[in-house]
Amino acid sequence: MAGIVGYGAYIPRKRITTEEIARQWGKDPGTISRGLLLQEKSVPGFDEDTITISVAAGRGALERAGVDPSRVGAVYIGSESHPYAVKPSGTVVAEALGIGPEVHVADFEFACKAGTEAMFVALALVESGRADYALAIGADTSQGAPDDALEFSASAGGAAYLFGREELMAEVIETYSFTTDTPDFWRREGEFYPRHGGRFTGEPAYFKHVTAATRGLLQKSGLAPEDFRYAVFHMPNGKFPLAVGGQLGFTREQLETGWVVPTMGNTYSGSSPTGLAAILDVADPDDLILITSFGSGAGSDSFALRATDLLPERRGRAQAVRAMLDGEHRYVTYGQYAKYREKIIVNE
Amino acid sequence: MPSPRYWREIPSRYRLEATKCSSCGKVTFPARKVCPGCRSRELGKLRLSRSGRVVTCTVVHVPPGDFLMHAPYALAIVETPEGARLMVQVADCDPAAVAPGMEVALEFRCIRKEGHGGILCYGYKGVPTPPAGAEEPPLAAGNDAAAEKPQPAATGTPEASHA
Amino acid sequence: MREVAIVAAGMTRFGELWGASLRDLFVEAALDALAGAGADRLDSLYVGNMAGGQFVGQEHLGPLVADHMGMTGVAATRVESACASSGVALRMAFMEVASGFSDLVLAGGVEKMTDGADVAEVLATASDQETEVYHGVTFPALYAMIARAHMQAHGTTEEDMAWVSVKSHRHGAANPKAQFPRQVTLEQVLGSAMVSEPLRMLHCSPVSDGAAAVLLCPLEQAKRYTDRPVQILGSGMATGSLALADRDDIASLDAVRESAKRAYAMAEVGPEDVDVAEVHDCFSIAEICCIEALGFADEGQGASCARTGETALGGRMPVNTSGGLKSKGHPVGATGVAQAVEVFEQLRGESGERQVEGARIGLTQNMGGSGASSVVHIFKGV
Repeated sequence: MAGIVGYGAYIPRKRITTEEIARQWGKDPGTISRGLLLQEKSVPGFDEDTITISVAAGRGALERAGVDPSRVGAVYIGSESHPYAVKPSGTVVAEALGIGPEVHVADFEFACKAGTEAMFVALALVESGRADYALAIGADTSQGAPDDALEFSASAGGAAYLFGREELMAEVIETYSFTTDTPDFWRREGEFYPRHGGRFTGEPAYFKHVTAATRGLLQKSGLAPEDFRYAVFHMPNGKFPLAVGGQLGFTREQLETGWVVPTMGNTYSGSSPTGLAAILDVADPDDLILITSFGSGAGSDSFALRATDLLPERRGRAQAVRAMLDGEHRYVTYGQYAKYREKIIVNE
Repeated sequence: MPSPRYWREIPSRYRLEATKCSSCGKVTFPARKVCPGCRSRELGKLRLSRSGRVVTCTVVHVPPGDFLMHAPYALAIVETPEGARLMVQVADCDPAAVAPGMEVALEFRCIRKEGHGGILCYGYKGVPTPPAGAEEPPLAAGNDAAAEKPQPAATGTPEASHA
Repeated sequence: MREVAIVAAGMTRFGELWGASLRDLFVEAALDALAGAGADRLDSLYVGNMAGGQFVGQEHLGPLVADHMGMTGVAATRVESACASSGVALRMAFMEVASGFSDLVLAGGVEKMTDGADVAEVLATASDQETEVYHGVTFPALYAMIARAHMQAHGTTEEDMAWVSVKSHRHGAANPKAQFPRQVTLEQVLGSAMVSEPLRMLHCSPVSDGAAAVLLCPLEQAKRYTDRPVQILGSGMATGSLALADRDDIASLDAVRESAKRAYAMAEVGPEDVDVAEVHDCFSIAEICCIEALGFADEGQGASCARTGETALGGRMPVNTSGGLKSKGHPVGATGVAQAVEVFEQLRGESGERQVEGARIGLTQNMGGSGASSVVHIFKGV
């Protein structure tokens, strides 16, 4: 039996409201906010990126696990906004956390599901016995094109999971992955902003894969929606995860805790992993938890987990997601947001 | 920044590796080969705590080229519990609020980028630690610079979060 | 050791001198000095310069200036100690003559700062690259932190610092070679743009081009060149921690204090004997810290001296009658020798409107970076 021995998350402290962005483009804030069920999103500073977010989240995971960094055998960072096009994020993160040099490092990419991808591989690695501990992180500082729907939701943040075989905070009961080639959202080399297929990103992409992966998991594990205390789905906006959850037979109550998107935005590879962290912050021993991610292109990874006695005992060692969302944060104007996201052309 | 120069400094920049003199106990950061206090060569390794107190500070309004869009930003000399002092920026706060005596946590951040094509340089910045038991600041508080304004709490009420 | 005298001085105007190159500037000052002494040869020369390579791509300044002075062949050495470069060049020239090695040595300094380099970035190379510049430190930021520490420890105010600028400009208004030969008001200083809190634009010395030179010979030979030589009584140099974070007391310039002690000891005089001083006011807080370190004011008491007029012309201890770096200008490599030029003229009674009556003993203090190097010279009118 393998599972999570430690977890952590990090959300940058700056915020911009949906209203502020809507006003910039002459759109009605109320309509946008109600349509997307989004209030505000996190904004990274110049000094924050996938690497720095991963280090902060990774520290939380190591602190909760109480594991010496030198025992970590693999570090996997999943993101669609790795700071370098060529040069791994994982090596910087490993060195900063004091992991290695005897360590396997890889960067993962699969739109918004690069985080759960890393988690899947880390889990499999420790299950096989090839490593005692493996750290998987999903983090992003994704861009949304100006005056595009995604600009309201694309935000920054990440979550980290340390997998092992002993002293688990949450066991992984089962996994299921569903993948097809679906060009719903992409970015070509050299392009600054991604592009997407508009409404095509809904039913044939998000809903199809999340539904198929979740149903596959339920069937494989013999579990039903009502067996779970909590469920979290990838959150590209506030509406989609509630809709798919409802379609799959989950109640509002089951979805609420993981539904962090209204004040965080879509942290892409960090999205469902951060929702999972918010659940682990409050779950009771023996609670069953479901997480299904979605990455455009397209695919979904689904996991079923069971919380253990160690969860309430150890989670206090690092900051909770709710504390990050509701605690100290500062609002920026659209102009400042454009500056931080490097949307302003400057002379070199 | 030539990459070998950056790479050599990784132990100090990523892990706050310092040295402690076996003779006089002085802690020096970054690590040195000769103790600046007593000239001993017997120096042991030490990793600094990721926290400290501001000794002196300023807010830079006229930045060097690589930091052009970052100004105004706060710089401070911070002293860690081990007695080491280091120069860091202080982030995630109103730069004018940084003052001697302020407690900060040291967080891993991207310090500078070498233009569009050069390497990314990482290190630590101070982030103010709220005093223990402090009340949650109202949404209107804590602006980064004069231009960052508090947003009304009107949008994003509970009504919007229930489908 | 022989006794050494300065027998002549030369200096260009300081300012944005678009029409003059680095070599033009040095040659002008050096030839002025030689002409002043009626000398047409040299045993050697020292050229103080902080960053010719970074500002104009030119290193190897020793042979360059010798060549362009028409003195190819003479031994020539470039000296670098950031903003103390020519103060140290003067010290080298002094030692070369005092030791008996040479009889006629030129000590000069030059800096050409306005040809388009990123001045802040170049000047920052005088601080710690790995631990200070890496994090976005600038020179004003370092002195701003020193100011903040001084304000914290001794109650110094922004206004106290502004009075230093006002005084400097009052003196500089009477200096035809000054970059800004005009007065400023307290309101103008306090209303100028913020550079690095609490230092404003008018608390900071400007970016300048310029050169200065002095000619040294053994005191016993001085009469060959001038009726009124000025003897160098003492030279003291000291270093301090390069990085501000490594200093025990951030508000105190230990290298300045130590270099002064060494110079006073060698000259066998004390601060109370000094009639006129040129002190390194790269930022107005620097003048406050330096006069404390030089013993002209007690520790922590330097802040009020400009306001009360103690350090103004006519006061008990006139400081920076030239206008200081603030009003006269600060071509960094030239400043040290330019300070010596002012004191040289003062001790010969040639300072006109800026003359300190009966000045007999003078002092120059030139420092580099945030105070990591300092050199003090003490002079006597003969």
